[in-house]
Amino acid sequence: MEAALEPPRLEHQQPVLRAMGLQKSYGRVTALAQVSLALYPGEVLGVVGESGSGKSTLLRLLNLQEPPDGGDYRLEVPGYAGQNLFALDRYQARQVRVRHIGIVYQNPHQGLRMQHTASGNVAERLILAGERRFGWLRRAAREALQASEFPLERLDEAPLRLSGGMQQRVQLAKALALQPTLLLLDEPTTGLDVSVQALVLDTLKRLQRERGISMLIVSHDLGVIRTLADRVLVMRAGRVVEQGLTDQVLEDPQHPYTQQLVHAKL
Amino acid sequence: MPRLGYSYAFLDPGAKRELRRSLLKAVALPGYQVAYASREMPIARGWGTGGLQVTLALVGPEDVVKVMDQGDDASVNAANLRRFIARMAGVKTSTDTAQATLIQSRHRIPEEILGPEQILVLQVPYPEPLARLEPSFAKARELHADAEYGLVWLSLYEDLVRYRTATHGADYPVLVNGRYLMAPSPIPRWDNPKLHRAQHLTLFSAGREKRLYAVPPFTEVRPVEFEDVPFEVEDQRGWADWQTGVRHKFMTELPLPDGGSRHELSDRDYARKRAAHLPTQPTYFDEEGGFYQPGYLAPRTPPERLERLLQGEP
Repeated sequence: MEAALEPPRLEHQQPVLRAMGLQKSYGRVTALAQVSLALYPGEVLGVVGESGSGKSTLLRLLNLQEPPDGGDYRLEVPGYAGQNLFALDRYQARQVRVRHIGIVYQNPHQGLRMQHTASGNVAERLILAGERRFGWLRRAAREALQASEFPLERLDEAPLRLSGGMQQRVQLAKALALQPTLLLLDEPTTGLDVSVQALVLDTLKRLQRERGISMLIVSHDLGVIRTLADRVLVMRAGRVVEQGLTDQVLEDPQHPYTQQLVHAKL
Repeated sequence: MPRLGYSYAFLDPGAKRELRRSLLKAVALPGYQVAYASREMPIARGWGTGGLQVTLALVGPEDVVKVMDQGDDASVNAANLRRFIARMAGVKTSTDTAQATLIQSRHRIPEEILGPEQILVLQVPYPEPLARLEPSFAKARELHADAEYGLVWLSLYEDLVRYRTATHGADYPVLVNGRYLMAPSPIPRWDNPKLHRAQHLTLFSAGREKRLYAVPPFTEVRPVEFEDVPFEVEDQRGWADWQTGVRHKFMTELPLPDGGSRHELSDRDYARKRAAHLPTQPTYFDEEGGFYQPGYLAPRTPPERLERLLQGEP
């Protein structure tokens, strides 16, 4: 008996994130010009580009931290499916951000309260989502930190006293504590030494495999992108200049800028 | 008799009208901080100018005014305010809580249960309960607008993890009518439950910060707490007043020359009545320490249970 072949997943799956024509300028500087992207369930999308190419602006827009000048942004999350998230009011935007979007910043100072405890940083997300039981907060913080391979004996230390790699693990635990639909990673391993970088990447890869989270990872490090991303977007001066499967783009770059980027790496 | 040549109760009619309008708004929105034009008063900011303005806006010839400071009617601050109000409004004053119709207080709510005819005015130094957590007042107001108070529970979480107890000794934040987070002024935690479904009207006013707010009678007032680690008042179960032997009322600890200490009732007028065996009104906490509204204060969390919760065993 021959099992009937299922059609490829990409044909019947709807993207979990769909952004169309994102536009953002700061005064005369155009940070994003007509950027569109889609992210499928369980997919890892890499965004590469030099400094000032609009990568971080893109993340801020997708994290609903800043209003865009134009564009349409949809996430397949309960209660907000089919709505343009840019049209939400401040309260709703915060709800979406707390419950459905996790983010890991390059600089842990941006994402963590450095004087609070590590577990408190993770618990904050659950508290913001309405959890008011202390025991459950402790358990959830413990589990989230364990999942991101944080040493549990340092559970209640302030991130200020932790190493860079640990701080990133706390950020990761915080981002994943509520099982978000979308995980945004902004240069998550930049600034860590190479061996720690490899360990953090391992954790990320394992979590992605186990939980099938859709991730968007921004990096200028092609090694990180090659390790994690299924698909990649190349950005320059606020535009997407090339996109495709990671191997395809990095092995056979078409756009002159991508070629330059790949060669610079080698 | 009030002084001739001065406006009745010192404030000019325009100021009084503005204060009363703001007070009505505050009563209509329990716990909401209403901005008002705090006037210059003949005492310095920080000495109760906020409370004084509210008292002067409300006082009438029939009122009996009591002013107390940390439970004491005889402190310099309380005595001066009382004399000023009496001189400017020609009202009777009393130190007896039961006699007073209008009570201005700093840092305490009296021990005897206030009735529906009484108004309590509390002096407030810092009206913004989020100030310690959110340095920007503009952002704090946004959080109030969205009823987004997670930060307060986060700070309670941090306290429990680090110190095994809440660190707010006084000014413990409360949620009023299920909506606004409110700083109850620096009253001890002991006095917080007295605000819940109280028969009397409580008005709060910060003169320097130019904000006033209210807890109307019979309004729900809940302390910030976790469901499994309920709010606790100060643990003074072993304490007794050194003069009268009274227990289960809020007390201050007085150091003695020999290095020891003794305890004294903080509400001095109540202490006076007890010492002289005069009749007293029913109190919020009875002689066994039970609160007059059964079930409002949950039993204390034993340390072993808190340890288990900290280990993540709900």
